[in-house]
Amino acid sequence: MARTFDLKDNSVVVIVGSGAGGGTLANELAQKGINVVCLEAGPRLTLADIVNDNDTMFARLSWLDKRIGTGDLNASLPLWVCKTVGGTTVHWAAAALRFQEHEFKGRTTYGDIQGATLLDWPLTLADLAPFYDKAEDKMGVTGTHDIPRLPGNNNYKVMAAGAKRVGYKEFHTGNMAINSQPRDGRPACHQIGFCMEGCAIGAKWSTLYTEIPKAEATGHFELRPNSMALHVNHDANGLVTGVVYADKDGNHHEQKARAVCIAGNSVETPRLLLNSASSKFPDGLANSSGQVGRNFMRHMSGTVYAMMPGRVNFERGTQMAGIIKDEARFDPKRGFAGGYEIETLPGFGLEGLATNLVPGAWGRDYADILEMYDHFAGMWLVGEDLPQAANGVTLHPTEKDQYGLPVPVVHFSDHPNDIAMRNHAHTAGAAIYQSLGAKQVFKLPPFSSTHNMGTCRQSANPRDGVCNSYGQSHDIPNLFISDGSQFTTSGAENPTLTIVALAIRQSGYIADHLNKRE
Amino acid sequence: MQSDGLPRRDFLRTSGITVTALATGGSVIFGHNHAWAVATTTLDPHTTQTLLVMTHDLFPHQRLGEQYYAVVVDMLDKQAASDPATKQLLIEGVTMLDSAHGKSWADLPDGTRVTVLRGVEKTAFFTTVRTKTITGLYGNPAVYKMFGYGGPSAPLGGYINRGFDDIDWLPKT
Repeated sequence: MARTFDLKDNSVVVIVGSGAGGGTLANELAQKGINVVCLEAGPRLTLADIVNDNDTMFARLSWLDKRIGTGDLNASLPLWVCKTVGGTTVHWAAAALRFQEHEFKGRTTYGDIQGATLLDWPLTLADLAPFYDKAEDKMGVTGTHDIPRLPGNNNYKVMAAGAKRVGYKEFHTGNMAINSQPRDGRPACHQIGFCMEGCAIGAKWSTLYTEIPKAEATGHFELRPNSMALHVNHDANGLVTGVVYADKDGNHHEQKARAVCIAGNSVETPRLLLNSASSKFPDGLANSSGQVGRNFMRHMSGTVYAMMPGRVNFERGTQMAGIIKDEARFDPKRGFAGGYEIETLPGFGLEGLATNLVPGAWGRDYADILEMYDHFAGMWLVGEDLPQAANGVTLHPTEKDQYGLPVPVVHFSDHPNDIAMRNHAHTAGAAIYQSLGAKQVFKLPPFSSTHNMGTCRQSANPRDGVCNSYGQSHDIPNLFISDGSQFTTSGAENPTLTIVALAIRQSGYIADHLNKRE
Repeated sequence: MQSDGLPRRDFLRTSGITVTALATGGSVIFGHNHAWAVATTTLDPHTTQTLLVMTHDLFPHQRLGEQYYAVVVDMLDKQAASDPATKQLLIEGVTMLDSAHGKSWADLPDGTRVTVLRGVEKTAFFTTVRTKTITGLYGNPAVYKMFGYGGPSAPLGGYINRGFDDIDWLPKT
């Protein structure tokens, strides 16, 4: 049964955030008998709150507190992430891919690239492999653990036929955390087509209806929704002691803690550390390296939409319905370091296609194009981007949000490597559709960032980053980073599986650490 | 409605649309033969009529009757009713369009109207109307099927038994 803990109970581990990192860590710790309080800024929805409407769900799920984007980011919505129990696992498309071995060794593999702050991760694929294995089993990833892959929809069939024509070898319907058959008390996918608006039947893995209720069933877990973390407190020895948060009525409370794990996604996590500055830690918690908030990565991304010679109806079925992996390899002959994945993506409805296909367009020619809506196919291009010191999160000097906290300013500018990769990917994507006689091809720039990484990165040397390979901060032994913020580099792959694997690995370390201290 | 290849010289005359002022301050748009009507509460007849023509010029679709564009005007009117700044923006925007040729913009020939719009497409007025037209037109469930968009599918059991993989024109090799 779900239980409640006293605010003064300093035996609990406090986790900030309930998404892929926080929700997974909470359940893993609770399963080990460790008491956990999870502070989640957003409300707790049920499947009944999930409807097949893009605008409604965008408003219901998204993190819309003020953020300012600069550089190449959307100025008013730099990130597209969620403020809800389950975090961005409610919204994610569910591609669950392992990093490749060389991607843990970015600095060694790619060398010293000007303008990049590349490091090798302090862990290897071999270190993480057993936890990838557990994560895939937990999430029911298709194509692993003898779980069949999903059937391909029309949009995938177009992409696969084009892939074959242009000579790609490795393409299939992906490794998806979407049930292809009933599993873990959840049904098989009905090919509804609104994955990113929240799966209305729970076929897609989300901590909202997997990790969170499982944690509650242990009797070692309390979820506090509508609870925005404001400040992490510490004692004279420099150990963290609790988290101050605002409840739904705006009242402030402090939950005492034996350890604090922050998993608020790559803007809120460093923001909380920076907002927790004190006389002892004037630059923010865990920031002796000056790396908190730096090296923000969002993946190289882009989209190709194509008007095909026949009907596709690309809104039908799983949105990320398949993948081409040939370009994910490391091959500097293409003119850039790192690789990228090619994954199907539909148009987010008629309104979404009209808005995004050619931003700002109108008139008869554009209206004629939109009349071919049902002939469109689409794909998303996602690849490794390089860490850069100036890309990151800072606090606005004067502007405050509804909690009285400084508004975060998020800056990202493409590295020339990112631009070279996007150009290559746009051309490769267009060629796939052109091989099938596409009538028109549209190349789109990145949307608001969904893959956010690196602002509290892992490093072997405390001078270079914020935390070690377990996400434990270099400066404060009972303070942990538990989300994608800890990524040293971004890899080409969608980040969620790696976040979950790291959270499982971290849970064992925290359990050992706490037991030794007792 | 306009037919392709027959440029409309006078949108308002040939569309059969009429707009009437209401004593309460708004107006009513009547479709051809009064087949449908949309009442506004805030915008005057001239502004209402001009916005109706503008929404059509932004995204002209032969397959859509004028009543779907009237829905967009209704949404703009509601926004104007709740936000005086929007009301002012719309009224001043229409004045700006009318000032281009010293006569009512809505009465200009098709090509001339579009040229005037091209000249103001960076303005807040234009952006506001364009954005609302996309939402009001392409986000209208009654419009979905006319573009072959399926809309919400969960209440129908998804597409698992309704053609998610029914494509039939792809080459075999």
